[in-house]
Amino acid sequence: MWTLKRGYLLVAILLLAGCSLPGLSANSDAKNNVTVFAAASLTDPFRDLALQFEADNPGVDVVFNFAGSQQLAQQLAQGAAVDLFASANEAQMRAVIDTGRVTEGKQRVFGGNKLVVVMPAENPAGLSTLQDLAKPDVKLVLAAKNVPVGDYSLAFLEKANSSPQFAVGYEEAVLSNVVSYEENVKAVLSKVVLGEADAGIVYSSDISPDVAGQVARISIPDSLNTLAAYPIAPVSDAPNLALAQKFLEFVLSPAGQAVLAGHGFIPVEEMD
Amino acid sequence: MVTASNSTATAAAAVRVERRWRRAREDALLVLLSVPLVLFLTLPLLALVVRAAPVDFLSNLFDVEVAQAIWLSMATTTTTLLLTLVLGAPVAYLLARRRFRGHAALDTLIDLPIVLPPLVAGIALLLAFGRRGLLGQQLSILGVDIAFTQVAVVMAQLFVAAPFFVKAATAGFANVDREIEYAAALDGASSFQVFRMITVPLSGAALLAGAIMTWARALGEFGATIIFAGNFPGRTQTMPLAIYLGFELNLNRALTLSAILLLTSFLVLFVVKVLLRQRLQAWSQ
Repeated sequence: MWTLKRGYLLVAILLLAGCSLPGLSANSDAKNNVTVFAAASLTDPFRDLALQFEADNPGVDVVFNFAGSQQLAQQLAQGAAVDLFASANEAQMRAVIDTGRVTEGKQRVFGGNKLVVVMPAENPAGLSTLQDLAKPDVKLVLAAKNVPVGDYSLAFLEKANSSPQFAVGYEEAVLSNVVSYEENVKAVLSKVVLGEADAGIVYSSDISPDVAGQVARISIPDSLNTLAAYPIAPVSDAPNLALAQKFLEFVLSPAGQAVLAGHGFIPVEEMD
Repeated sequence: MVTASNSTATAAAAVRVERRWRRAREDALLVLLSVPLVLFLTLPLLALVVRAAPVDFLSNLFDVEVAQAIWLSMATTTTTLLLTLVLGAPVAYLLARRRFRGHAALDTLIDLPIVLPPLVAGIALLLAFGRRGLLGQQLSILGVDIAFTQVAVVMAQLFVAAPFFVKAATAGFANVDREIEYAAALDGASSFQVFRMITVPLSGAALLAGAIMTWARALGEFGATIIFAGNFPGRTQTMPLAIYLGFELNLNRALTLSAILLLTSFLVLFVVKVLLRQRLQAWSQ
């Protein structure tokens, strides 16, 4: 019998531990935390922005969740407690506005991005022009069409298809070279850096200084490219709305814009 | 005399009643203690099935991409299971029956894929078998490219799922009564006959449990697959990948896909368990 008593004791201890451990409670009530949901492509610049913001505002902690915009939008729709949402496209911001988590009109464009073709540095498939992507047996990796960059990649192929500079059937030939539709843009870049893919399409901002030496690139002219506008907005029921607003303004400030530009993003004032 | 036997009878009855009471109390306690975990495990699964509307369910079941994902999952997990049985049984037998230098190291090595996050497993597979990998470079020269193929899907599943069978089979082989094997050998059975007719049937329950664990783990495999095999509908997009990408595109679709995965797994596991348990009972008698 007393082994059972010990069992009860163990259960009681576990329950008590569960109640008292601060780390286990889902609702952190720290007043100086600002939780930001940001698109995977924003990982590096937003980390830098957070460092500056935290230095300017002692005691403040910026907490990030980086993932594909569409995944973040789903998490927001399911009620995640968030202060700020930065999306890689209008569509996912729109999806969140439709759920009521962001108030229409509160969203602001804070930067832009465009597509670029990347290859492993030694360029195993010997690609030098956009037309080469249609050569047989090129292993091409794109982002899935529900990821903003994947959507833009398909739009580029469609535009190229109707351009006289590209052969008839270009789009179809390139699509038949696709070996994988990756879940996010960082995965596309990784497959190229690892040399598994002959080419991939990513944002120009994805080529961070530490991978720049490991990839070769082919730029896509503006007429075929999609200028991706990145919107940011405070979440309407943000636990820490004041701080969220402050971080948003910092992103849009000259200092914030300079950080973004340093990571290959197009500052707002250079967009259209 | 009469009173004495009466009193022994009543005493025995009292003991029986006491025993029954005790049993009833234990049962009640056992059920009570089991309820929290069973509820915790059932509720989310139930929520999935309830949320997936029947109309969506049927229309999705006949969607080409969903059908492709189901077919691909079934084909690859079956291949993985067969490979695991063929390649895993010798390792399990070695671990169960021989003592050698490095035994503990080998045993621990088999544990590693279970502990490793599947994403890491995927990266490790790429570093070994990818185009620039340790072995992949040589394979690539021979014109064999594994990444982004169904072979890669099976390899990812084999890497993360095979250890489950090896662990269970090792325990099963170790528990077989060696006297029966010696007796069969004395009667003139060859080593393979002893293995097939004595060892395997007697460790059948453990082998079955291990095989089911391996199959189930392979069916749910996501992280290593998406890294090593990529995601291409009809080629490398298994059910879990279709669910993950569906989740981002359309929650309802992801829900119905999950419900389909749950129901198929439940049916397969249930049927296999019931059928094979009967076979096993017939065998051991």
